[in-house]
Amino acid sequence: MSRLPPKGEPGSFLSRRNFLVASTGAGLAFGFSALVEAAMDPAVPGGAPGTPTGPRFEPTLWFAIDGEGVVTVNIIRAEMGQHVGTALARILADELDVPWDKVRIVHVDTDPKWGLMVTGGSWSVWQTFPIFSQAGAAGRIALVEAGAKLLNVSPAGGAAKGGVVHVGGRSISYGDIVKRGGVARQFTPDELAKLPIKPASERKLVGKPGKALDIAAKTNGTAVYGIDAKVPGMVYARPRLPPTRHGAKVVSVDDGDARKVKGYLRYLTIEDPSDTVPGWVLAIAESYPAAIRAADLLKVRWTAGPGADVSEKDLQDHAAALIAKADGGALLDTKTADTASAFQAAKSVLERTYTAATVLHFQLEPLNALAFEQNGIMEIHTGNQWQSLILPTLAKALGKPETAVVMRTYMLGGGFGRRLNGDYAVPAALAAKALGKPVKLVLTREDDVRFDSPRSPSVQTVRMAFDGQGNILGQEHHAAAGWPTLANAPALMPKGKNGVAYDPFSISGADHWYEVGAHKVRALNNDLANSTFRPGWLRSVGPGWTNWAGESFIDEAAVHLKTDPVALRLKLLTGAGANAGSDASTKGGATRLREVVRRAAEAAGWGQPLPKDTALGLAASFGQERDMPTWVSCVARVHVDRATGVVTVQKLTLVTDAGTIVDPDGARAQTEGAALWGLSMALHEGTAFEKGLVKDVNLDTYTPLRIADAPELDIQFVDSVEVPVGLGEPATTVVAPAIANAIYRAVGVRLRHIPITPQAVREALAKPG
Amino acid sequence: MTRFTLNGRPVSIDLDEDTPLLWVIRDDLGLTGTKFGCGVGMCGACTVHVGGRATRSCVTPLGAVDGAEITTIEGLDPAGQHPVQQAWLELQVPQCGYCQSGQIMQAAAMLKDFPAPTDADIDATMSGNLCRCMTYARIRAAIKQAASAMGGKS
Repeated sequence: MSRLPPKGEPGSFLSRRNFLVASTGAGLAFGFSALVEAAMDPAVPGGAPGTPTGPRFEPTLWFAIDGEGVVTVNIIRAEMGQHVGTALARILADELDVPWDKVRIVHVDTDPKWGLMVTGGSWSVWQTFPIFSQAGAAGRIALVEAGAKLLNVSPAGGAAKGGVVHVGGRSISYGDIVKRGGVARQFTPDELAKLPIKPASERKLVGKPGKALDIAAKTNGTAVYGIDAKVPGMVYARPRLPPTRHGAKVVSVDDGDARKVKGYLRYLTIEDPSDTVPGWVLAIAESYPAAIRAADLLKVRWTAGPGADVSEKDLQDHAAALIAKADGGALLDTKTADTASAFQAAKSVLERTYTAATVLHFQLEPLNALAFEQNGIMEIHTGNQWQSLILPTLAKALGKPETAVVMRTYMLGGGFGRRLNGDYAVPAALAAKALGKPVKLVLTREDDVRFDSPRSPSVQTVRMAFDGQGNILGQEHHAAAGWPTLANAPALMPKGKNGVAYDPFSISGADHWYEVGAHKVRALNNDLANSTFRPGWLRSVGPGWTNWAGESFIDEAAVHLKTDPVALRLKLLTGAGANAGSDASTKGGATRLREVVRRAAEAAGWGQPLPKDTALGLAASFGQERDMPTWVSCVARVHVDRATGVVTVQKLTLVTDAGTIVDPDGARAQTEGAALWGLSMALHEGTAFEKGLVKDVNLDTYTPLRIADAPELDIQFVDSVEVPVGLGEPATTVVAPAIANAIYRAVGVRLRHIPITPQAVREALAKPG
Repeated sequence: MTRFTLNGRPVSIDLDEDTPLLWVIRDDLGLTGTKFGCGVGMCGACTVHVGGRATRSCVTPLGAVDGAEITTIEGLDPAGQHPVQQAWLELQVPQCGYCQSGQIMQAAAMLKDFPAPTDADIDATMSGNLCRCMTYARIRAAIKQAASAMGGKS
């Protein structure tokens, strides 16, 4: 987190935007144009929020109370399956002390007043908890004071409970206070920061069972996703994609055949000043099926950009060559990055290389955007995870100021990081501008996959120095991959210890919490990857590969040391020195990781006998980044069929310490999904570049996990009142190494590439010794 | 002109017979609960009932449903309270929700054939429906709960 704005403690970037307004009896004290007030209530069929009536009390930017005591909480995060609005609203409603059935949530559209709009990194709860706690507490205090005034009693000793102020032996509801007006209480940001927050023992919503507000509409077809957006008079567009992601130029377009398609209107060659979608041509039609057919029939000639001949092997060979060179790359600021003396003194050295294949997001709702201009404002209707990143790009593409572009919010049919990159909004907006009418751009599945921002393939080499007496002297972790932050947000890259800029999300995880003596972590950009395609942030990003290597390697080190891999982890997780934890979010440090390792091993029955060719394997992770650690450990029980090479995961046991759990069922759901994503990427899905493009573009050959292969799950959380951290991603990264470690323990072969295929297992088993 | 009933109401529509039913339902008839996922019948997000059978509308041409009775997620139960939907709510199955119309339609059709489905029945019948959020454990549990509520025993 320290690498992306906002910098500093969770929530500090939002608190500067907190301010109070006084309510008046005459209605909204604080209004916005209808254009930007439009937003989405996921509990309402169709998503349109109710129109507030009568006076409203808006003590902060983040919520309002109406005369019926209904609390509407503003959510700047995208809803893509995490039930994020439910979790965040519970934080605020708990402090405000209102009944849950009075709470509504609204996912807001872009407006500068909201500050940074990004949904990713498993940050939402961690960043929002302090802000929403303070906002709720401020509202409660203001209402108690206003209630006392209306009742003509002293506010001393007054308290709020369930949306009612009790003071001086009398009571008045929040709704009645708001109806009668006169709430006027100002809090400075400093005052807000000092407001007393409830002790955990008094919480009524946080950590308690409850239902998510967005789910009902997702069971009856009334939830509205970006692909469902429509306006009168819109035309449909489907892109005809160029041969390369970067640098392609259109030479000529012949639409002679396309014109025979009923409903085809025209083609449009996108001229994009932001260079986001070079070489895209759109088929425009009266219906989407017509746009699909017409795009296929366009005869387009391009000059290709770089990478048109690049293969997966080229990418991985290049990564390996980068690692083989001692210089280059960024060194992370680990405690003792100089490992030379440790390796010189070593009695033995273990070195292993791990690789991971290209992976697709394959979020089920294909990319889409509806764009049209209204009153000089370009409205873009789409689901997106990082509006603040794409808005400046849209402004540049359109030649408009950012204030003339607004993004309306919809449900996301899956995000997983794909929609952090809002590239798909650009051609829709440019087409709407060029045609002067609303354009609904939808990518087919094949289009979506072909220009996905996939997870880059990666190569990593890990080395460890031993003293010959069972002790570790030093470790090096060298990782080379395409960098999503370089491709999409290069200004946000920090500098390493050696002054070289790097993508923190592509190396995080290698800077682990084990005590290994000297510790060098080197991040290398695979420039061939970045020039060939547009690497993306995919659920858990770097830890998806760094933990694959690091946690496989710890088991290999245990074999080298002839010790038990769980025992080795427990020994190395000392929680001392740099691994002690330094602030509220990291409190306890590696001792908390040690505890989840111990508990996961115990819950899974570590050490107990199992049938032939069946074994347990364990892996651990601190989640996404050292300054927001989510402590998680996973045990996989795996059976290997020696004849076919098929690996069956029978059960996954996961123990997570995420601090305070705000929404227990949502936390469990996120962990279930993340763990199965991890399983899918370990055994079931992966693709490869061929001639500059991914070779698998649909489900005929791309094979994510299906229900029949979903194992039994035992998911546990550590009971904690510590700072709540993130849960969307951490469980993703422990599964693959747990499986590989289990395979080794079951049949004695070590697999170092994911996805692990039956063929790879058979080949490994066939190798002598 | 193609005629069929959609959620009990007669529909007649004049479009090319090879137009995929999915887009007719979504764009021409305005029911957007049925989703576009893969376009090749392999993700199940577009599942509707045609004559009571679970059918992938993205690979079903309009001409093939002349005279048929079609039910979409919006018509599965007038109040959205089919036992499968109730179980989905009770167990909080959906995450992003995009595949869930298809999952629910597939599950509701399955329970007509297998009122007390085994895990193997569920694997065999539901494996054509991809859930990218991987809500599979809850889908399995909710199907069993719905079966139980409908009088079958799993």
